[in-house]
Amino acid sequence: MDMRSLLRTLEHATLRDIALVSLADALVGASFGAISVSGGLPLWVPTALSVLVFAGGSQFAAVGVVLSGGGALAAVATGLVLNARLLPFGFAVADVLQGPWWKRLCGAQLLTDESAAFVLRQHEPRRRRAAFWVCGISLFVVWNVAVLLGGLAGGLIGNTDALGLDAAFPAVLLALVLPSLADRGTRTAAVVGAVVAVAATPFVPAGLPVLLALAGLPFAGRPGVRADAEAAPGEPELAAAAVKEDVR
Amino acid sequence: MMPLYAVLLLAAGTYAYRVVGPLLGHRLVLSERLRHLLAVAAAVLLVALVATGALTQGHGFAGWARPAGVLVAGVLAWRRAPFPVVVVAGAATAAVLRLSGVG
Repeated sequence: MDMRSLLRTLEHATLRDIALVSLADALVGASFGAISVSGGLPLWVPTALSVLVFAGGSQFAAVGVVLSGGGALAAVATGLVLNARLLPFGFAVADVLQGPWWKRLCGAQLLTDESAAFVLRQHEPRRRRAAFWVCGISLFVVWNVAVLLGGLAGGLIGNTDALGLDAAFPAVLLALVLPSLADRGTRTAAVVGAVVAVAATPFVPAGLPVLLALAGLPFAGRPGVRADAEAAPGEPELAAAAVKEDVR
Repeated sequence: MMPLYAVLLLAAGTYAYRVVGPLLGHRLVLSERLRHLLAVAAAVLLVALVATGALTQGHGFAGWARPAGVLVAGVLAWRRAPFPVVVVAGAATAAVLRLSGVG
């Protein structure tokens, strides 16, 4: 399985979409590195998080918690709740990660919202496999290089707020989550959760508000008749919906 | 401060989520209800992160520039603008507002 044959397997449009998503993630990764370092963390923290955790949302959340004075365990808990969605994604793309055990173990680290979503847009097994590896490797390289460069720059920039970098991350998250809010139950739960989180922020330790947002879950109701009717069983709706919409 | 053990804990837990599916994919099937719950929980957490990330800093209000930038990005994302455009427009809006004196 060499990279060149993987690239040949994919259509031009898919490769272009993967490149666009990689570019966007590079911007976000650089913001992450710069914000972490200019906020006072040593360079190894964003770098290690990016290589070992490799999940942007939880990295921002964890660093956000500690930079606003929260405890390390609150940061870990927030990250782990956020990343729980990778569990169903793993089941959804399990078919592309067959083969020797070491390949499965390495491939698992490349599982992200984006790579799962690209797999779900392909139907033919060879293309599913190619989409996973090309997207996964591309994002892993681009993300880690961008975080490192951003971290190095963050030491020089000092004030990342002047560049508006603090708005980049919520902006990307919003773009990612927007399509999944088409489902009314999800939307209601999310709005209730967001109100709870923002209202709680002045009063509870950093990191907790986002977890308290889960109080909105009961408002989601039963699995939507609408969304599930069209999705094949086992598709992670969020990632699929996300990339279907914004990569176009 | 983020100690090394915290980084490793988060990394190990995250990897565990990732690897269960590929290792057990054929032997274990998540119920449709659980899948749905995890998908909604992810969306709820992401929206809460957007809201608190856009509006708050520490225990207080983040100022107007950041939420304005996120709002511009949200509108562009909703209009299906390409991802990189969304990010740059959001950051640029916040930067320009600050440059012109908006907090």
